[in-house]
Amino acid sequence: MATTPAIRPRPPLRLGLTTNYLILIVLTMFALAPIVVMGFNSLKSNAEVGRNPLGPPAAIQWNNYPRAWEQGEFGKTTRNSAILVASTVIGVLALGGMAAYSLARLNLPGGGMVMLLLLVISTLPIQLFLVPLFFLWKNLGLINNLAGLTLIYTATNAPFAIFLLRSYMVQLPADFEDAARVDGANEWQVFSKVVLPLSWPGFLTVGLVVGLGVWNEFLLATVFISNPDLFPVATSYYRFTSRFSRDWSLTSAAAVMMIAPILILFLALQRRFIDGLTQGGLKG
Amino acid sequence: MAHTQPTGVAGVQARAAPRRRRFSQRAIVAWLFMLPILVLFALVVIGPSIAAVFYSFTDWSGIGKAEWVGLANYQKLFFQDLSFRKAFSNNIIWMIIFLIIPVTLALFAAGVLAPVRRGGMMFRAALFIPYLLPTVIVAQIWRNLLSPTQGIGALLANWGIAGFDRAFLGLSQTALYAIAFVNNWQWWGFLMVLFLAAMQNIPRELYDAARIDGASRLDEFRYVTLPGIMPTLVFMLLMTAIWSFLIFDYVWILTQGGPAGSSEVLGTLVYKNAFNRFEAGYASAIGLTMSALAGLMIVIFIMLRRRGWEI
Repeated sequence: MATTPAIRPRPPLRLGLTTNYLILIVLTMFALAPIVVMGFNSLKSNAEVGRNPLGPPAAIQWNNYPRAWEQGEFGKTTRNSAILVASTVIGVLALGGMAAYSLARLNLPGGGMVMLLLLVISTLPIQLFLVPLFFLWKNLGLINNLAGLTLIYTATNAPFAIFLLRSYMVQLPADFEDAARVDGANEWQVFSKVVLPLSWPGFLTVGLVVGLGVWNEFLLATVFISNPDLFPVATSYYRFTSRFSRDWSLTSAAAVMMIAPILILFLALQRRFIDGLTQGGLKG
Repeated sequence: MAHTQPTGVAGVQARAAPRRRRFSQRAIVAWLFMLPILVLFALVVIGPSIAAVFYSFTDWSGIGKAEWVGLANYQKLFFQDLSFRKAFSNNIIWMIIFLIIPVTLALFAAGVLAPVRRGGMMFRAALFIPYLLPTVIVAQIWRNLLSPTQGIGALLANWGIAGFDRAFLGLSQTALYAIAFVNNWQWWGFLMVLFLAAMQNIPRELYDAARIDGASRLDEFRYVTLPGIMPTLVFMLLMTAIWSFLIFDYVWILTQGGPAGSSEVLGTLVYKNAFNRFEAGYASAIGLTMSALAGLMIVIFIMLRRRGWEI
């Protein structure tokens, strides 16, 4: 009764937050339950999946994992995906980083035009250039070639990387660079010895976003890699699910193996992932 | 006067000459840093994009010489090919679905999450997780859950709620909507995080002022939140409209455009024509049409803005 009128609007607000939490819990279940069910199924025998396709496992079958690893040829496909991810990330960071440095620090003449070109390239749909690119790559012997696919990934991911790295480099204080130049460093040395170490958070963000994109990518991998020995995890998993479409325990175990590295990295570097993807998501 | 001018110009030139040389040297260095990625763009994106325009006027299998046929591909596309008409209308349906459902859900969720302090970051991360998953995995998860014999529908039927134990992905009336549902499950959390970030940038004082004026929750949303996030909202609506013409992954993985072409979209049509039927010229024409439709969305957006729409 002694409460002042000023605090009176509070109770309805707190009551409101309880509803907020309830709604959020329901939404979180909508987002996560399907993934949890897949985790459950990866630990059941196939017969148990038939009896109980949605609930937790009664008898845990760890050996689904080695079986899925073997049958899905994960040893091979993980290696292929790792090569694609690593070489694309390195390519994008090197070439994109150089381009960003040129735009941010070297007063590139015609830089405005280059930015416009980057904007256009980043909005051009893959399907526009896919068909001629495929036959060009075929003539160059770059089909069924991880290096050939890496070149394409590097080009399609570079605009986002350049935008993000450029905006990062623009904010850096120029003092260190000027000091290096006074000491007689050339631009390459300034870039590799001064700017690169200073802008590593930007590079890390770009690396995570690009790496995730390449690990998950489907359309280009389907078109440009038809040799099963070179399949990355995503297209190999697609074939695997049609071969073992009745074996949910096996396909679920394979799925868990494919997303485990993503989830672990995300939980470790949550904010960087979300910030990078929400900036890069504008590229799609 | 006539005397001083020449010296003045000469003086400027004399001073400018070394500077210009230094400038051009710097320019060359700048361009050298830019060059590698530009070469790659030319090879992967620009060259093939220009080639696509050319090939769209030819009959070309992909191998051998392309034969010029003028507008024949476009004539076939717009006036004869029934699968194009079906695909186009499916893309439009897709756009309408995605302009409404994920945006509404994301706005609602962001509005619910924005005032939450304790655990807010945790909810944000949890709702974001589906966006990180590869399409092939999301497709597999929902193929299982939508199975009429072992999925959610079967469970509901066991509980006595009939009507959901149907093969939504396998029926021509529902396939497209089922695919859209699956894609939306992955997509809306990402939109939510974008909206949430925009909402958190709105100054607190505006809400306090609204509360003092006796605004209800709904008024707050209508007069403070919505205008505050308008730039983000409009931008994402535009991107949704563009992407709706470019979808491929989910349709291809879940139904390959079937059953009987009922979930065909322009993206799967390009793929089938280029790589299954070896009609690369025709596929280029479809690809170009898709891109033009996506481009048209940008034009409409700009025109609306010129008309004075506050977007």
